[in-house]
Formats: sequence, C-alpha cells, structure tokens
Amino acid sequence: MKAVDVVATAFRNAFRSRLRTSLTVLAIFIGAFTLSLTNGLGTGINRYIDDTVASVGVDDVLTVTVTDDAFPTEGPAEYDPDQIEADGPPGATTTALTDDDLETVAGVDGVLAVEPVKAITTDYVQYDGGDRYQLGVAQFVPGMRAELASGRQVDLDAPGPELVLPEGHVEPLGLGTPVDAVGRTVVLAVTDGTGTQVTTEATVVGVAEPGVLSMGGAIPNDALAGTLYDLQTTGAPAAQAARYASASVTFDASAGPEAQQALVDRLADAGYTASTLEDQLGTLTSVIDAIVLVLNGFAVIALVAAGIGIVNTLFMAVQERTREVGLMKAMGLSSTRVFSLFSIEAVVIGLVGSALGVLAAIGVGQVVGGISGNLLPDLPGLTLIAFEPVTVAVVVLGVMGIAFLAGTLPALRAARQDPISSLRYE
Amino acid sequence: MASPLLSASTLHKTYGSGPGAFEALRGLDLDIAEGESVAITGKSGSGKSTLMHLLALLDRPTSGTITLDGTDTARLSARQLNRTRNSTFGFVFQQFFLNAQASVLDNVTLPLKIAGVPRRERTSRGLAALAQLELDDKADNRANDLSGGQKQRVVIARALINRPRVIFADEPTGNLDTATGGVVEDILFDLNRSQGISLVVVTHDDDLAARCDRSVQMRDGLIAAHEGVAA
Repeated sequence: MKAVDVVATAFRNAFRSRLRTSLTVLAIFIGAFTLSLTNGLGTGINRYIDDTVASVGVDDVLTVTVTDDAFPTEGPAEYDPDQIEADGPPGATTTALTDDDLETVAGVDGVLAVEPVKAITTDYVQYDGGDRYQLGVAQFVPGMRAELASGRQVDLDAPGPELVLPEGHVEPLGLGTPVDAVGRTVVLAVTDGTGTQVTTEATVVGVAEPGVLSMGGAIPNDALAGTLYDLQTTGAPAAQAARYASASVTFDASAGPEAQQALVDRLADAGYTASTLEDQLGTLTSVIDAIVLVLNGFAVIALVAAGIGIVNTLFMAVQERTREVGLMKAMGLSSTRVFSLFSIEAVVIGLVGSALGVLAAIGVGQVVGGISGNLLPDLPGLTLIAFEPVTVAVVVLGVMGIAFLAGTLPALRAARQDPISSLRYE
Repeated sequence: MASPLLSASTLHKTYGSGPGAFEALRGLDLDIAEGESVAITGKSGSGKSTLMHLLALLDRPTSGTITLDGTDTARLSARQLNRTRNSTFGFVFQQFFLNAQASVLDNVTLPLKIAGVPRRERTSRGLAALAQLELDDKADNRANDLSGGQKQRVVIARALINRPRVIFADEPTGNLDTATGGVVEDILFDLNRSQGISLVVVTHDDDLAARCDRSVQMRDGLIAAHEGVAA
C-alpha cells in the first residue's frame, strides 16, 4: 500500500463512525481551544509589556543604586551586634548616592553620562486659580517617552519649564479636552526645606495616556525638574540636598548585551547595583509566564483526557474492523501498514480537533479584543489575546503528537491481529 | 506429470499445547496441479478449513512442508508471504467480507491498493473485472445495497483482480439460494476452464464438490477418501 493511500484511507476511516469521531474531536477541540486561549493570553499581555518598554525607549539607560551589603541577596542577614548600633533598625535606612558616588560611577569604564534621579514631591497643581489637585511627578528617566493623547513629549533641553500631564488631571483642572490643555500654563507648588510652600509655573506640552508603567504622574523636562528640586531643597542642610536614591547612567546600547553585562559587572565591583528597565519589567513578565504556565497545565490535563478518548475510540474502531483488518492482512497487507492506518487515523482526529480548537480560539480572541477595549479602558493598545504562528503550530503539532501516542496502543493491537482468527470473528 | 503448483507433505498442525492440545492435521499429503479444481469436503472439525489456511499461506504448519512452484514456503519472509498472497492467490469467503460503506469499485480494487498500484490503473482494472462479472453498472453503488448473489460476484471480481493463479473459496455458495449459488458456481468453473486458474473449494455441498475435477474428503485431520481423477 502506498503512503498516500494509507493517509487517504486513514482519513476516510476516521469519519466512518461520524458521531463517535465527532465526540472525540470535540474533546480534543476543548483541550486545544483552552491551550490556545491561555497561550494567547500570555502572548497578548507580554507583547503589551514589550511594546510599552519599546515605546519608553530607554534601552541605553541603567538605573544605578548603592549595593547595600547589610542585606545579602540570598538567605537571612547574619546578626552583628555592632551593626545595629551603627545602622539603626534594619530596613529603616536606605543607602543614598552622594556626589562622591556620582563621580565614582562616572569614572567607571563604559559610562557615558550620569544623571542623579531627583525625587520631587509636589503639593498640588492648579490652573487659572481653580481647584487644587495632588500630582505625582514620575520617576524620570532620560529618553523616556509616554504614550500621548495629545501634544508632544517634553523637550529635555528646552530652557523653559515644560510638563506632560496625565490625562486624568486635564478635566478636573478645568483644562477642557486633552487637545485644549496643550500650551496652557499650570501652577505647581512644593514645600521647601524650611517648611514654606512655594509655587512655580510650567507649560503643558502634552497629555499622556495612562500606561502599564504606573506613569500616573506628570513628566517634567530638565528645566522644570531642576527648578522644582531647587525649590524643594532650599533651606535644607547641604548634605541632604546632595543625596539621591538612584542615578541614571547612559551607556552605548549598540555595543551589545555582552558589553552591557560587562558594564553592570564593573558597576557591581564598584559597589553599585545597575538594572535596565527591562530587568525591572522582567519580574512582571516572569510572573505572567508562571500564571500562563499553570493555566497551560490545566489545558494539557484536558488534552490528556481527550487523548484517552482517542484510545477508546480507536479500540472500538479496531474491534469493529476486526474482519476488515483480517481480510486486508490475508490479501497481503503488512502489519506495519495496519499500524500506520490506525495511528494516522488517530493523528487525523488530533489534527481536526486541534485545528478547529485553534481557529475557535483565534475567533474568540478577535471578539475579546474588540470588547477588551471597553472593559479595560485604562490599558489602551492592549490586545488581550494575541497569537503567534509558532505557538499556534506548536499547539497543533503537540496535539497531533498526543493523538499519535494515544493511537499506538489500539494500532498495535490491530497490527498484531492474526488474519485467520480475525476472519472468524463474529 | 509436471511438478504440482501447490504441494503439501506430512502436514501437521496442532493448536494449543500440553493435555489440551488439539491436533487438527495429522500428517497429510496433497498436491494441487496448475489449472486443477479441487474440492475439500468433510464434517466440521475434520480439519478442512485448517488445511485451506495452510495452503493459502495464512498460517504456518507445526511440521511438514508446503511448496509453491517447487519453493519451500517456510523459507519465505513475511514480506514475500504477503506479496505471494496478494498476487498469486485470490480469496472468496462465505460471508463476503465486503466493506459495506465503501463503493463496489473500492471493494474490488482493495488488493490492488494493498499492492500499491496507482489509482488510475486501479480504476481501469477494477472496471474491467466488474465488466467481466456484468457488474460494471454497479461500480459506484455502496456494497451494502447489493443482493447476496451480486455481493458474491463482487467478491469474485476482487479475487480476480490481481490475475491470481489459485482462488481459495471457503463455502462460496453457503449464503446463497440454489439458483444464485448455481450462477456463482458457473462463474468460478468458467474462470477455472477459460483462464486456467486453479480452484481450491472448501464445501459441505456435495453437488459443488462433484463439479470439481477432484474431491478430497477429510476426517480427523487426514484424507479419508479421494474421488474423481486421482492426482
């Protein structure tokens, strides 16, 4: 028997008992559908995070903090009676970067520029003498780009104070629509080192859509950030002014990941911890991956159950076709071919079930994608369920593999049948 | 006389082992010449079906030899045995063994499909075999929709399709009424005479046995009597 005839015959045989095959296909369908959907969910969310990182566009910036030796990365800290006296209660202190640290970091080979991250706490924002609202200022990373509802990004080098406002503040402040807000001037207030509240003005150049990176705050340009920081530290002890929680280090990203790792290692040797934004997001991605893995696990359990359904279906088929198999063997069909006939039949059931399941999942993904915009308005640009051709192919091939394994048992029984007793079988 | 097509000597076949063992054949000798028709008769349990299965190379004897064209069949590989059964033998069974769902043409061409003949040639040879049995107008019907006599003619067409040298028929008329059975017998003996295909017929029917060149009556795993022209 030719291979093409074996496949064609197996295909036809698979649908000889339509209801039985359909039920088995349904079981496979459910498993494949679930697996595709959970995979699609993981792909969709991770892709959204990746896109957000890409839109932030800061792959040439490392966030540097002082490595705190008091807290080892693995295991509990060893008790040291002297350290308590010196450091106070554990966790109460954060080691800050000083100007000396900034110089040291700047001296590390591969560092192009160092910019301290200035923590700014504003008291309120106000427009045209209207109501005052609280406003957070985003932890600013040079090169950061927000997803804009209107206007443009802040110009870092502009001499005047500029600001990108979060969309949620536009209407309460009385700025009208996001488009109207662009170009208006708002008043920002901070409390200085002596406890006095002081104000400064800034021009709104853009309005940011809410993003996944908790960019709920306003984004200032360097001029505004400098002004606010100076106002905030006026009257504070000089030593306190020159203390920063972290610093942004610019490096040459085109040198490749090895050079980047080498730089991180050199900074670690100097006593600093450096991480990219992607490193920080990596935690988030791996949590999502873990959740998807668990969901996939459930889907695979469904598939294994469906595989047992295939075993059952094929055992019935072998039983039903005992005499047919006997006849074909009497007419010279080899046992190997009999085995292929039944195992390919199993693979056909797997193929049909998984193909339908994947198609249905893609269809549901489209529908959910349409609705999710309304359900999750805070995450614009999110495709909740996304599909990659490779993942889809892996699901279909994986299910066909499971089906083949399920088919081996009945197929072996058919292959081992003795033609004479098969022909006598009633 | 020329060497026989099929030759069995001191054939033993035992089913099972130990005290429960059943000896179906006890050292039987039989020659079948090219173009000869031989009936194997006997009561149930006399070993006639076992003998046919051994001659048709569907089973191997416990001891003794079967030669085909002078070749000891014990030395053939599984693959060669499959090819021999496919191309040298044709089978006609009492219960037809047709695939009820498939078309008449697909049923008839099954041995060609097993042999790996391309589809186009299968179809033309299948239609030719059906025409020979005046069934070409039924080629596209489902096998289930045919009458008993038509079914048995389909089975004969299937047995003929590979131009076999021997047709093994196990109670070929057992499921048919006398008139239809007579037609099927006529077809089989006509093939035997016109194309020189040897016939090995296992039957209870004395009339059918009498139409064969030779009749072998079996009892308790041995040949009890020869009738007709002795080999």
